Amino acid sequence: MRNKLVYILGALVAVLFVRNLYVILNVLPDEANQGAMYRIMFFHIPSWWTAGLALTVAGVTSGLYLATGKMKYDAISVSVTEVAVAFLCIGMTTGMIWARIIWGIWWTWDARLTSALICVLLYGGYLILRNGIEDPTSRARISAAFNIFAFVDVPIVWYSIRWWRTQHPQPMSLPPEMWSALLWNWLALILLMIIFIKMRLRQEEMRREVDGLRRLAHAI
Amino acid sequence: MDERNFQYMFYGFSAAWVVIVIYALTLFARESKIKAEIDRLKSMLEEKDRK
Repeated sequence: MRNKLVYILGALVAVLFVRNLYVILNVLPDEANQGAMYRIMFFHIPSWWTAGLALTVAGVTSGLYLATGKMKYDAISVSVTEVAVAFLCIGMTTGMIWARIIWGIWWTWDARLTSALICVLLYGGYLILRNGIEDPTSRARISAAFNIFAFVDVPIVWYSIRWWRTQHPQPMSLPPEMWSALLWNWLALILLMIIFIKMRLRQEEMRREVDGLRRLAHAI
Repeated sequence: MDERNFQYMFYGFSAAWVVIVIYALTLFARESKIKAEIDRLKSMLEEKDRK
């Protein structure tokens, strides 16, 4: 049943991506200064929004784990965080390729880019940290605390372009058709995120089964 | 479509897809590894039970 849902969502995501690519490449008007390059934003911006959404869920479930001690919240936290890191990587790489052409440089240490890099490093560190702790309860407790600590950086990334003068573009007003394309592609990425989270959660369940079987094997 | 910088736009789109595909393949590979581990443990337990 769960597999069926993943396949249905997968088919929907595929249809959405084909539709969105058609709109982005063939329907939307050109941008005067950037040429075709501006079209990267239809992946770049929704990737960051998707990652931000996932990291917010991970922060909440980490808090819920610390409050209740229920392992299901730990499983959700790690699954969602890992998927968010994939979307952070998409945001970083597409942003750097855009910057190489529009700014003439791959990277600059402005507040937005630096806080975004710190975000990637923090959540990458979270995933590495988990692998280094053997005991499941300690692992869940320590990584939940770390996840909440890492989440402090998320609003800093979001508001950095308002709080500091950055080379990164400020929020801009877009024509309605561009907003529509941006939101449609965000929907596709959110559905893709849900598929990945479902797959990742299933792995957490299977890992718990492995832990149980190992304990049984030691006990016999 | 204005084709200035089309090549780099293509690189950007490709980069996004490469990350998605690599992550999906990692998920599939990990899942089959865990499944294999479950099967191994189950057969080991069955063998112990028989003894």
